[in-house]
Parts: sequence; structure tokens; C-alpha cells
Amino acid sequence: MDRNSNIYTILFAAVVVTVSAVLLAVAVMVLKPAQERNKRQEKMTDIMYTIGLDKEALAGKAAAEGLKLNYKTIETYFKKYFLKQYALKSDGSVDQSVNAFDINLKTELKKPENEQRYPIYIAKVDGKKYYVIPLYGKGLWDDIWGYIALNEDLNSVKGVKFGHKGETPGLGAEITKKWFEKQFVGEKIYDKDGTFKGITLIKGHKDPKNMDKDNHEVDAISGATLTSNGVTNMIQERLKHYLPFFKKLRQQKN
Amino acid sequence: MAKKQKWQDLLTDPLNENNPITVQILGICSALAITVKLMPAIVMALSVMVVVAFSNLIVSMMRNYIPNRIRIIVQLLVVATLVILVDQILKAFAYDVSKQLSVFVGLIITNCIVMGRLEAFALANKPLDSFLDGIGNGAGYGLVLIIVAFFRELLGSGTLFDQKVIPQSFYDAGYVNNAMMLLPAMALITLGIYIWIQRSLYPQLTEKE
Repeated sequence: MDRNSNIYTILFAAVVVTVSAVLLAVAVMVLKPAQERNKRQEKMTDIMYTIGLDKEALAGKAAAEGLKLNYKTIETYFKKYFLKQYALKSDGSVDQSVNAFDINLKTELKKPENEQRYPIYIAKVDGKKYYVIPLYGKGLWDDIWGYIALNEDLNSVKGVKFGHKGETPGLGAEITKKWFEKQFVGEKIYDKDGTFKGITLIKGHKDPKNMDKDNHEVDAISGATLTSNGVTNMIQERLKHYLPFFKKLRQQKN
Repeated sequence: MAKKQKWQDLLTDPLNENNPITVQILGICSALAITVKLMPAIVMALSVMVVVAFSNLIVSMMRNYIPNRIRIIVQLLVVATLVILVDQILKAFAYDVSKQLSVFVGLIITNCIVMGRLEAFALANKPLDSFLDGIGNGAGYGLVLIIVAFFRELLGSGTLFDQKVIPQSFYDAGYVNNAMMLLPAMALITLGIYIWIQRSLYPQLTEKE
């Protein structure tokens, strides 16, 4: 067959493309379970990080029991500390039919508001209760996400963990750094009168060392205004949906 | 024995005298981007080596059947397929590293070394020779990456493979990690110094005036 004819060219292209497509489809299917596992493991380690169980702490615990830190041990610890996971409706009631851990916040937020379910993870470590809430929002270039852990008072922050897809290295990408995450510890999301304030990232404020934990403000990142605003909005928007649930919890206590 | 010599040359030439990065100045972009730490650099080097070697092999096997008019497209398809495979495998078995490499695994497709070797070598040579040429060039690329990453991680973070190597007493005495080393600009300068040293040792690499 003439190798320069149109028919040969089209046939050749069709065959090569088909082979490539089949190969990739098979590979993706075979590798999917392992990839899903990695994602679940990351989610569990991120959530535990916010309540002070970072990788070193977990590895220490595992070593003390003669175990290696792998998917299995991480899952064991996660189940040990996180006794309850709820999928909340927007009125603060619990939807029993949904598994909170499997909720993908990104797709969830595209649904109509009354169908959205908001996951919350409740942990008990050494007698102290923590509430971990997943966050999701938009940075400058792409998605940003994270987790925020509240103490038992449902007001002060225990810890945070942020992630991003494509923020600028050295600027917006700094939100994943320890120095930035540290600022949030102890900040409060309600003011003295019990009004929800969230946490605002603010530039050039009077408290650069963040000694004042009652002003609902942390230092923003210079040169990353839009990423900083994204984090502020993300915390504000996401936490808002949990306020009815918090109210219920408080009423139960009193 | 001439054949054996040829195979050896295919493997060792790109390490030094015909190094894709320092002599041909190809693939600089990724070399600057992922040499902050040793581990990602090594994984990146291996990924590129696998992609160059196997795309060379596959294209060389097809070289007598590829219609000339869609030559480049077919090559791209082969490279893209391999890159996606590598990316998926990394995500399944080396998740942490794959996150650090982020887009740069996908960008192997645009690495000039890959297309360069396909056009310059695989289209005109037998499969086995092409495969060895791919391994050699991948190794040449990887060697430079690892050397640059070694100095950047050591001087920039004071670690190697994330393990502290600079003793605490140095820091107590006032030593500070050079944060400049973490920026791409210093990667370029490190690479420049490497090329300078290499060309002083091998004057035949310098262009004649």
C-alpha cells in the first residue's frame, strides 16, 4: 500500500489512536483503587493534622506499638479518634443516609442548596472534643481547600490545614506553610456577643505577631491578596452552614 | 566487537560529551523547576528516562510504517500515552512525590529531549539502538538534575532526602540556610556553574569562534 496515500494515513492514525486509548483506559481502571486509597489516606492525615496529630505524632504512636505508619494504621487511628462523622443538612439536622467521609465538597457545592450535605468530623483525644470542618473555595488561579478544627467551645480554633492546586509559589502557595497555619491557632470565630465573625486575613494590621486572639484577624500574605481573600471567603462561606448545628449543640449542653 | 562499542557509546555519550542539558541545552525548564529537593529530582529523572527510552523504542519499531505527513503527531501520541501512564502509576504508588512534581510529569510531553531524540535518532535507527539511546539520554538528563538538586537541597534546606545533614552546631554558630537556592534563579546559576566547569575540563565542547 502506498504509504503516502490518504487512506493509509487515516487508517494508520485510527489504529494508533485506538491502541493508545485502550491501553490508557485499562491502566486507569487497574490503578484506580490504589489512587483512591492514596486520596483517602491523605484526607485522613489532613484531618488528623488539624487536631494536632501530625505525621510525626502518628509515626511516634505507631512506633510505640511496634507498627509501621501505613494506610492500615492511619485508618485505625482515624477510626479510634474520630468516633462520629455527620452529614449535616442546611438546617443543622443530621442526614443518616449519607456517609460523611465520602462527600466530595467540590461536587457537593454545585448541587442546589437544600440538597447539599455538609460533613463534620468529631474527634475525642485525651478527653477533649474537637470538631473538624472541611473547607473548599477559590484562590487566585484555582481551587483551594483545607480543614479547620474547632475546640469543644465551638469557638476557638484548634488547628488548620490548607491545600491548593495552583497558587503562586512563594506567594499564595505559602498558605500551606506551617508559619501561616500557626496563626490561626486560638483565633475565635464568634465575637463576645455570640455573632459569627469568621476569620479574616488582613494586611498591615496592628497586630503582625498575632498576639490578639480575639480580633478574628490573622496576617495576610503580602503579594497574595487574592489568595488571602479566597481563604477569608472560604472560611466565612463554609463555616456559615454549620451555625445551626452549633446552635443545637449549645442548646443541648445548657 | 564494534557493536558492543557502539552500544556503550550510546549509553555513555549523553552523560558527558553530548549531555542533553549541559551541551545541547534542552529540557532546561523542568531542570530548573524540580531540583529543589533530591527525591522529586530522582523520580523526575527516572520518569523522563522511561518515557524517552520507550518512546524511542516504539517509534523506532514503527519507523517504517509511520506516514511521513503525520509523523510528528504520531510521535506526540506515543509520548503523551507514555507520560499519562507514568503519571497514573506515580499517583498510585508514589503519591507524595507525584504531588510535589505536580504538573511537571505532564509537561514531560513538551520536554524537547523526548521529541529531539525521536526525530534525531529513533526515526533512523534500529529499535534496540534507539532504546539504549533513550536510556543514555534519560541518564544524562537525570545526572544533571541530581547534581543540581544535591547542591540546592544541601545549601537551600540543609537536608538531603529530607534528612538533616548540616549539624545543629553550625546553626548555633550562625550558619543560615540560603533561601536563594530554593528559587529557580539559583538553579539557573548552579546549572551555569556546572556547564562552566564541564567546558573547562573538556575544551572541545566550547564553540569555535
